[in-house]
Amino acid sequence: MPPRLELRNITKSYPGIIANDDISMSIMPGEIHAVLGENGAGKSTLMKIIYGAAQADSGEIFCDGKPVAAHTPATSRALGIEMVYQHFALFESVTVVENIALAVSSTFDLDALARQITELSNRYGMPIDPHRRVHDLSVGERQRVEIVRCLLQAPKLLILDEPTSVLTPQAVVKLFETLRQLASEGCSIVYISHKLDEVQELCDTATVLRNGKVTGTARPKESTSAQLARMMVGAELPEMHVSPSVPSDKPVLEVRGLTAPARDQYGVELKNVSFEVRGGEIVGLAGVSGNGQAELISLLSGERTHPNALAIQIDGKAAAHLNASERRKLGMAFVPEERLGRGAVPPHALWQNAVLTAHRAGLVRNGLVDRKQASSFAAGIIERFKVKANGPQSIAQSLSGGNLQKFIVGREIALEPKLFLVAQPTWGVDVGAAAFIRQTIVDLSRSGAAVLVISEELDELFEICDRLLVICQGQVSPPLIRTKTNREEIGLLMTRVDRGNGSNGRAEVAIQD
Amino acid sequence: MAAPVIATGLTLLVGSLLFAVLGYDPLATLQAFFIAPLNSLNGLSEWLLKASPLILIACGLAVGFRANVWNIGAEGQLIIGAIAACGVGLFYPDPDSILLLPLMFFAGAIAGMAWAAIPAFLRARMNTNEILVTLMLTYIATLLLSWLVHGPWRDPAGFNYPQTALLSAAAMFEPFDYAYRLNASVFITVVAVFLMWLFTDRSFLGYKMSVSGAAPLAARYAGFRESAAVWTGLLAGGAAAGIAGMAEVSGPLGQLSPQISPGYGFAAIIVAFIGRLNAFGIVLGGLLMSLLFLGGEAVQMNLGLSAALTRIFQGILLFFLLAADFFIFYRLRRIPEHA
Repeated sequence: MPPRLELRNITKSYPGIIANDDISMSIMPGEIHAVLGENGAGKSTLMKIIYGAAQADSGEIFCDGKPVAAHTPATSRALGIEMVYQHFALFESVTVVENIALAVSSTFDLDALARQITELSNRYGMPIDPHRRVHDLSVGERQRVEIVRCLLQAPKLLILDEPTSVLTPQAVVKLFETLRQLASEGCSIVYISHKLDEVQELCDTATVLRNGKVTGTARPKESTSAQLARMMVGAELPEMHVSPSVPSDKPVLEVRGLTAPARDQYGVELKNVSFEVRGGEIVGLAGVSGNGQAELISLLSGERTHPNALAIQIDGKAAAHLNASERRKLGMAFVPEERLGRGAVPPHALWQNAVLTAHRAGLVRNGLVDRKQASSFAAGIIERFKVKANGPQSIAQSLSGGNLQKFIVGREIALEPKLFLVAQPTWGVDVGAAAFIRQTIVDLSRSGAAVLVISEELDELFEICDRLLVICQGQVSPPLIRTKTNREEIGLLMTRVDRGNGSNGRAEVAIQD
Repeated sequence: MAAPVIATGLTLLVGSLLFAVLGYDPLATLQAFFIAPLNSLNGLSEWLLKASPLILIACGLAVGFRANVWNIGAEGQLIIGAIAACGVGLFYPDPDSILLLPLMFFAGAIAGMAWAAIPAFLRARMNTNEILVTLMLTYIATLLLSWLVHGPWRDPAGFNYPQTALLSAAAMFEPFDYAYRLNASVFITVVAVFLMWLFTDRSFLGYKMSVSGAAPLAARYAGFRESAAVWTGLLAGGAAAGIAGMAEVSGPLGQLSPQISPGYGFAAIIVAFIGRLNAFGIVLGGLLMSLLFLGGEAVQMNLGLSAALTRIFQGILLFFLLAADFFIFYRLRRIPEHA
C-alpha cells in the first residue's frame, strides 16, 4: 500500500533563511503522525507546502503514490487534504451552518447542510448546534466547527496546527477521542505540536524538526520526553530550580471586590473579584480564554482604569484609578499577551521599543531620548535573553514571535519590578527559551517580587506557581495551593457551572467540552 | 521613500498630457510652468516666500499626523492667526514700538493654538472627530475674516474696499531687498524645521506621539495619555498655522482682505505627506508645492491657462502619492474565479 502522503527532499528557502532543508517523511493511511519542533523549526512552512499554500523550491510530494502537481489549497482539498488552523477563520456574527456553507463547495442548501453537520458532529462525539451564532460559542466549540468543516469534505489527510493550545484538559481528552476514531476509519492525521506529553499520548509516529532539518523520527509512545526534547532542542533541557517561596507579610497586589462591566458585547463581566499576591510568591491564574482574563489584565495593568480606587492596591496604595504609567511608578511591570502592537510597536526598532516602558531607567534625559543608553539597554536584553536579532536596530516586527516575547519579558524584568504581571509568558516560545523565561520568573519572585502569571497552559502554571487561581465567567476562585491540588480539580473549576448567578447555556456547553 | 519621487514623476507626465489635450506644446508649457518662474532673482524670492508658510504649517501638522491626529483646518488657524496679529498691529497704542512685531508673533501663535484648542478639547473630552471640527472651523474663520474686513475693521480711508488699513512699518518684517518680497520671516521657518526635527526625532514627547500613531494599544500599555497626543498634535499645528498667518500679514500682505491665503493651510497637508512627515522631506515638499503655485500663476499670465491648474496639479500629486503608497505596500493579484 502506498503511503497516504510522502514528501521527498522538500527544500524551501526564504531570503536569508532556509526554512525547510531536504525534508522527507511519509504518512500511512490511518496513521497519526506528529511533527514536533520548536518555534522557527520550519513546521509551519512544511504544513503550508503540504497544503499547497506555499510551493517548495525543490522536492516532490506524492499523495497515494501519485505526484502532486500544480499544488494549491484548492488542489489539496480536491485530493482530500484539509487543514485546521491554529487561529480560526470564522465569521463571528453568523451561524455555524452559514460559516460552513461559505467554506464548502457544494450547492447552497442550508437545511441539508445543517442536518449533515448535526449527524456528522454527533457521530464523532463532538455535538454542535448548526444554528447557533459563532460569537456565542466557546473556543472549544469553535474548533469543533473548524473540524466539522473539514470532516464534511471526507478528508483523507487532516492537518491540525497546535489544536490544543486553547482547550481545557477535558476538551483535549475529547478531541483525542475524535481524532483516534477518525484515524481508525483510515484518515491520516498530521499533528503539529511542541507539547511532548500530548504527542506521546496520541501519535503513532513523529518527525522532529530543528532549524529546518529532520533531526530524527521516533515512536513517541515508546520514547521518553527527554529523548524527544533532545531531538527538538539539540541539547538537554536545563532543569528548573524552584526553591520554596517565602511570601512577604503584606500583599504587594491586593484586589478587593473588583466588579467591572464587559468592554463590549463579546466581553465578559467581572464579578466581585478578590485575591492577593504577596512578595516572593508566584500566583497563577488559570482559565479557558475568553472568561474575563482580558478584562482583568487590562484593569490590573492600568490600560483600563476603575473608578473605585481601592479595588486594586499596589504596595498598599490605591491604584485602580491610575493609568499604566502611574502604576509602573509604584513598581509594576507587565508583559501582555499580544506582543506586536501592544507590548511592542511593530515598525519601531528594538532600542525604541526599549524606551516604551524602560524610559524611567535613565533612557530619557532633559526630555530627550538618549539613543546611546537605549541602544545599550536593548543590547543588554538581547544578550541576556539570547534574542535572535541583528542588534538594537532590528525592527520589532521583523523578529519571530518567540524572540520578540523574549525581548519584552527581558525589558520588563530588567526594570526590577516589585509587582510583575505576565500573560502567556511562553506562548509560541521554543522549549529551551521557555524554560529560561520560566526560570527567570521564578528567580525574580524569589528575590522578593510578587508575580502574577496568567496562562492557558496548565503545565506551565503547575511548574512555577505557588498558588493557583481559576477564572471562569468573570469570577475568580479562592486560591488553591499548588501542591495540594491537581489538574482535574483545576480543569473542573475552569468549566464550572455557576449556580449563584443562574447558569446559562454557555456554561453547560463548556462542561461538554 | 520612492513614493514621493514616483508621484512627482507621474504628476509631470499627466500634466504634460493635460497640456497636450488643451492644445499646448507639453514641453514648452512644462518649461513655462516649472523652470521659467525660477529664472530670475524675483522668481527665486517668490519661490521661497511661498514655500516658507507651506513648510512651516506642514511641520506643525506633521507633529499631529504622526500621532494620527488629523488637523485638516490649518487654513482656518492661519486666518485666525492673521486676524489676531493684524489686530495687534492695528490697535497697539504705539505703532512704532519695536515690541510690535514680537507681540504680533505671539498673538498669531496663540490665536492659532486657541482655534485648534477647540477641536482638541472636543476630541479629548467627547471623542468628536477632529477632521470634521477643524474643517468646519475653517469656514467660520473665513466668514469671521470677511465680516471684519467688510465691517468693523474696514479702513475708513480705503475707498470702501473690504480691507483694513495698512500696517505700520514697525509691524512688518523688513524685506532683504526692497526690490523683492522675501523677508526675514523665512528664518522662523528654518527654526521650525529644526524644532520639528528635534521634537520628532529626539524628544521623548515626540517619541510618545509616534507610539500613539503607530500602535495606540502600545501607547495605552505604556500609559501614554491619548489626550496628551491630541492636545500636542493640534496645538503644534495651530501654532504653526497661526504664525504663518502672522508672517503673511507682516510680510507680503501688510493688511487684511477677504482672501489672505491661496490655500496654504490645505496645500500644507499635501506637503506634510509628500515629505513623509519628516522635517527635511517637508522642506523638499514645500519647495515643490511652492513651485506649483508659482508655475500656475506663470502659465496663467503668459499662456492664458486657467488658474485652476494649480489646484489640479496639487490634486494629481496627492492622488499619485496615495496610489504609489498603496501599490508599494500592496500587490494586486488576479484571483481565479474558482479559488
